[in-house]
Amino acid sequence: MHKINYTGKLVLADGSVYEGELLGRRDAVGEVVFTTGVVGYQEALTDPTFCGQVVVMTYPLIGNYGVNEMFNQGAKSYVQGLVVGELCEVPSNWRSEKTVAEFLNEQNVPTLVGVDTRAITRKLRKQGVMRGVIVPTGTAQAEIDALLAAPEAHDQVAQVTTQEIFTVGQGKNHVAVLDMGNKNYLLEHLAGLNCRCTVFPATATAEEILACNTAGVFLTDGPGNPKDAVEQIATVRELLGKKPIFAIGLGHQVLALAAGADTYKLKFGHRGSNQPVKRLANGRIDITSQNHGYAVDERSLEGKDAVITHLSMNDGCVEGVEYPEQKAFSVQYIPDLVAGEAGQEYLFKHFVELMEEC
Amino acid sequence: MPKLTDVKKVLVIGSGPIIIGQAAEFDYAGTQACRALKEEGYEVVLVNSNPATIMTDVNIADRVYVEPVNVQFLESIIKREKPDSLLATLGGQVGLNLAMALDEKGILAANNIRLLGTPISAIKRGEDRELFKEAMERIHQPVPQSTIVETVEAACDFAKEIGYPLIVRPAYTLGGTGGGIAEDDETLTDIVQKGLGYSPIGQCLIERSIAGWKEIEFEVIRDAADNCITVCSMENVDPVGVHTGDSVVVAPAQTLNVREMNMLRQASIDIVRELGVCGGCNVQLALDPFSENYCVIEVNPRVSRSSALASKATGYPIAKVTSKIAIGYTLDEIENAVTKTTKACFEPTIDYIVLKFPRWPFDKFVTADRTLGTQMKATGEVMAIERSFEASLLKAIRSLEIGLIHLEMPELKELSDAEIKERIARTDDERLFVLTEALRRGISIDYIYSITKMDKWFLEKLQNIVDMENALKTEELTPALLLQAKRMGFADSVIGGYVGKTMFEVRNLRKANSILPTYKMVDTCAAEFEAVTPYYYSTYATEDEVVRSERKKVVVLGSGPIRIGQGVEFDYCSVHSVWALRELGYETIIINNNPETVSTDFDISDKLYFEPLTLEDVLNVIDKEQPEGVIVQFGGQTAINLAGPLAEAGVKILGSSVDSIDRAEDRERFEQLLTDCNIPRPQGHTVFDTEGALKAAASVSYPVMVRPSYVLGGRAMEIVYNDDELKNYMTYAVKASHEHPVLVDHYLQGTEVEVDAICDGKDVLIPGIMEHVERAGVHSGDSIAVYPPRSLSEFVIQTIIDYTNKMALGLEVHGMINIQYIVRGEEVYVIEVNPRSSRTVPFLSKTTGVPMVNVATKAAMGHSIVEQGFKPGLRLFPDYYAVKAPVFSFNKMSNVDITLGPEMKSTGEVMAADYKFSRALYKACIASGINVPKEGSILMTVADLDKPEAIEVARGFEELGYRVIATEGTARYLEEHGVHVEVATKVSQGSPNILDDIKAGRIGMVINTTNQGRDAERDGFKIRRSTVEHAIACLTSMDTARALLRTMNAMRRRRVISVIALQDLAWED
Repeated sequence: MHKINYTGKLVLADGSVYEGELLGRRDAVGEVVFTTGVVGYQEALTDPTFCGQVVVMTYPLIGNYGVNEMFNQGAKSYVQGLVVGELCEVPSNWRSEKTVAEFLNEQNVPTLVGVDTRAITRKLRKQGVMRGVIVPTGTAQAEIDALLAAPEAHDQVAQVTTQEIFTVGQGKNHVAVLDMGNKNYLLEHLAGLNCRCTVFPATATAEEILACNTAGVFLTDGPGNPKDAVEQIATVRELLGKKPIFAIGLGHQVLALAAGADTYKLKFGHRGSNQPVKRLANGRIDITSQNHGYAVDERSLEGKDAVITHLSMNDGCVEGVEYPEQKAFSVQYIPDLVAGEAGQEYLFKHFVELMEEC
Repeated sequence: MPKLTDVKKVLVIGSGPIIIGQAAEFDYAGTQACRALKEEGYEVVLVNSNPATIMTDVNIADRVYVEPVNVQFLESIIKREKPDSLLATLGGQVGLNLAMALDEKGILAANNIRLLGTPISAIKRGEDRELFKEAMERIHQPVPQSTIVETVEAACDFAKEIGYPLIVRPAYTLGGTGGGIAEDDETLTDIVQKGLGYSPIGQCLIERSIAGWKEIEFEVIRDAADNCITVCSMENVDPVGVHTGDSVVVAPAQTLNVREMNMLRQASIDIVRELGVCGGCNVQLALDPFSENYCVIEVNPRVSRSSALASKATGYPIAKVTSKIAIGYTLDEIENAVTKTTKACFEPTIDYIVLKFPRWPFDKFVTADRTLGTQMKATGEVMAIERSFEASLLKAIRSLEIGLIHLEMPELKELSDAEIKERIARTDDERLFVLTEALRRGISIDYIYSITKMDKWFLEKLQNIVDMENALKTEELTPALLLQAKRMGFADSVIGGYVGKTMFEVRNLRKANSILPTYKMVDTCAAEFEAVTPYYYSTYATEDEVVRSERKKVVVLGSGPIRIGQGVEFDYCSVHSVWALRELGYETIIINNNPETVSTDFDISDKLYFEPLTLEDVLNVIDKEQPEGVIVQFGGQTAINLAGPLAEAGVKILGSSVDSIDRAEDRERFEQLLTDCNIPRPQGHTVFDTEGALKAAASVSYPVMVRPSYVLGGRAMEIVYNDDELKNYMTYAVKASHEHPVLVDHYLQGTEVEVDAICDGKDVLIPGIMEHVERAGVHSGDSIAVYPPRSLSEFVIQTIIDYTNKMALGLEVHGMINIQYIVRGEEVYVIEVNPRSSRTVPFLSKTTGVPMVNVATKAAMGHSIVEQGFKPGLRLFPDYYAVKAPVFSFNKMSNVDITLGPEMKSTGEVMAADYKFSRALYKACIASGINVPKEGSILMTVADLDKPEAIEVARGFEELGYRVIATEGTARYLEEHGVHVEVATKVSQGSPNILDDIKAGRIGMVINTTNQGRDAERDGFKIRRSTVEHAIACLTSMDTARALLRTMNAMRRRRVISVIALQDLAWED
């Protein structure tokens, strides 16, 4: 059983303080965001999209089923820090290999426990996401101020992308994957659809990708402000029209920017597994997993070769776009196959069709 | 899809009386449905035989029929009202079965009625075992290996094939009636034989037992456009084997990993889509704890008890959304009532833990088999919301009204370790208490798990509670420890018990250290969106979200879980009190913990606090809200019991004062009042031991009525006829002491009369007087009541008015008062007075047209009866008769004696009204489920005291063409008095005997009275129980028998079916 011996606090940029017990003696600084999933904490911790962020779990009991390597989305934990109500000390599930506390220690993620996470969520919902730090109790205010004033990172994609090219799958459709924060299972899924994925670092140029002569390009999700992904936008702009493109998450935003549209920052983002999205083609509503703090500006798509295909049922924000001329399409949400959402299969099929048409 | 425009008039079927397996949740669902339909401008016709419901209020539906809920009566209502549509999926299993019956008989087609919502085909796929199995196979959803049998032999053959244990589920029964787990041929034969009898289509499903797997439920909603969402996942703390209605349930599911959760969620959605349900649906699944193997246990293609729980657990109004879907809307067109900005098409996510704890009637049915299995036994349930499992569990325990404030039962302390170990294996209502006691004694989690298969996650939480107890016992109570204990949900008085402080000392210590509860909102979305639901729960966190308004406010205390003696009537009263207060311009605040009820719907009051009804929890809300005062007279005994302690703590009790309550409840003070007013009562004494009891009995003369003071629902009340019985009672039934005296009263045989009146301190309004069919001695809740009275003389009525006035004014009642009288000839005696709302208030409100709770609430708030436009005194009697009949759930409770007596046994009630008394009574009998045989044999076996009366009854039934059979003694007596009867063979005389006759269906009705104690007379007991098992009528009072006989006589040449809407009964003064 893990015993927590330290106390610490989360200090937000607006000065509000939330105290708790501190697991891990490292400071954490980053944008503080909340996520509303009841299960899936390990996926969140290892989701590259959370890179650089301090994640607040709205569900108060975290760690009930422990940790199992199979739930990892990326290679390691990317979150800066974690804030929870209660951390389960004795998980109970046949798949549990270790406790979340053990995992967090291994991954060196400072975690604040015993916190009224709903209070933080309400603050962020009302005032918008903001920076914050997790520090041990007694940390000097000057130190906290310095941490909060530290320049914001703009290189999250570089932090999470692969360093080397690698392939997944043996299928006949060759897909180039631009890795801006890849989730493992998506590639495995593509591989299962008769695809062979060649995964490129985010710094790969259009020439390098085109040289591979793949049937299509897949743009992954990833962290940060899409406008920071300057190189990737340029790369995609060159790929656009030359290869069928399927993009999700950050990839969806990068694709829109490459196509000349604009993105903006959401007040508090969409993070959770209960986000309703309407498919405009048939009116069908899907409950999706989402993790995004930015969105594509609907008005900026006007007059472009772009058709909005999906909308958020909660706030009407753009959740999917098709670029018919360019044979490209994207969704903002994560077609979460782990969630067994058979309903999302059509997106992948569409991508394969586009590739096979060419 | 826009709403249906060709729908104008919708018939809504309610679920009928409260029985085990079908409680108040359908009043909540049905009320939401009616309101949702009216909101859309449709005309609503409602049928429900249960008067104690909000949904049968005349303002909820345009036409309200309080009539038997069966095919014949529905057909008559359909012919009269000519509805174009039917909504049946919100009336529980009753509604669903009726919709199918109406369809099969061609009544829907013949009258051009379309079924709204889930189509018949989908209902059948969900309900019919064979069709369901086929549907599941089509979409590759695993179901346990099973077979459907129509004979016992077929069941045994299947057992030979796959072995034991096997689960037996009779088809089309609710609450798992007649089901069970069979371990061998003998139990299988027994369960299947009964099960085939219970099933309306004579089918049982026999399936492989998956006992020990996790039991998971999903509440799913699908619309006609095939959009499908899950509202909530739920996990049973008890593994598969215990009926979900009898399981402690948590929401969301706690021990599933992400893959398992998503797998079962997707399976639920796939299933609901395959069945084609339109609206709410409940899917029950079992999951192997050590693999991803799972199977589908059951689907309820309708709004269910679990839907009510899921609605209250998340804030998502399933019944309302189901109704909107039924009239054509799709999920993306329906507003999310919580946020008002988003749509109903989303999946709620919650940021707290909800725990449901069943409320069982074993405190009333002390002889009942407490084992929990596939047949539900709970009468009600409580729900608790907190941010940890431990705190949620402890809150639930405090809400149960079982005299406990912690996960600790004093009686278990007395058991040896070996006994505790033995109890661990027993699956009964006390199991969680036993497990915690085992942990206290150092019995390991592994050991407990090996026996119970209860997930260790839950056992670890129980261990945490035990660890905290130990910390409190051994460590100094620092503010930090106090905060930890509060966060874990420990009550102040429990903490105080460990550290030698009173509840108030701990409370003050808390306040001094700013350890105060915070209130958080239930908002469906974990605070992601701004919500407007005024629905709160307490937790010891940092931020309090409640904004106290500047308006004048009143707290109305609810009535807690549904249990015998305290049913849905009190929820009806609480809701009406809230509405009256709102009319007066007050901000209303409800505190209650029953997820099945209308009062805990978040749009009833201005604020809803979902909290236990204990002094600490209520005071915390009062500290927060600073109301003008608290109304306690509508929440039944739960609320009344809090009046004294609240007043002592300085809270103002609105309406009748604590002193009034005390004067009615305290024997000596009450006697003083009666003496002052010159009102007679049966002679009696208060005693503290057996010797005193014997002396008292001698002085007032036998028979005597004995009972402990301060009880509700006649608990442990008995009529005894001699010293031996009295000694027995004093030794076994009660533990008399100076704190807990016993009352010994002369038992007066006479007509029982009940009055509910309203007093404003100056005037008394008596809406009506009710006369009971059964003489005094049968608990008033179990008697058939008739309004207006039929046998009382003008003099008696005058006396009753006079006494009622005197007592209401003498007690300084402000609000409701309920008085029970016994009338013997022209003499009127008072037997009980309660300065609070009673269970007959909804019935009387509906039949007199006086909105009694409304008037009483306003009277309590200082508005006179005259000012409200009512004339003091007794209202004129109407031209019609209304009959209230009790409904029992004996078929769910094995080993319980069904004989009626001073202890209440009914779980619900029905009402029927007609201009002809006989028809009203007959309809009430039908509605209450008395299976009156049209012909055949009637068995009579009556106590010596009743034999003279039996002559008339036997002769009467004979004249009606029935064959009368009687047991030896009864037969001899009847023969001697010129009634010719057949003699039945006693059980002891070998087969074929009376029991075989009952089993074989050769007896259509039994009249059996007894004046013996509970365990005596095993033959009689066996006969009575077998009538329950074979669903034939059994009358245990000569009064009921005589009334039924007269009715049958009067109705012989008249039609039975004749329906009247409440609106047409409206009575002008």
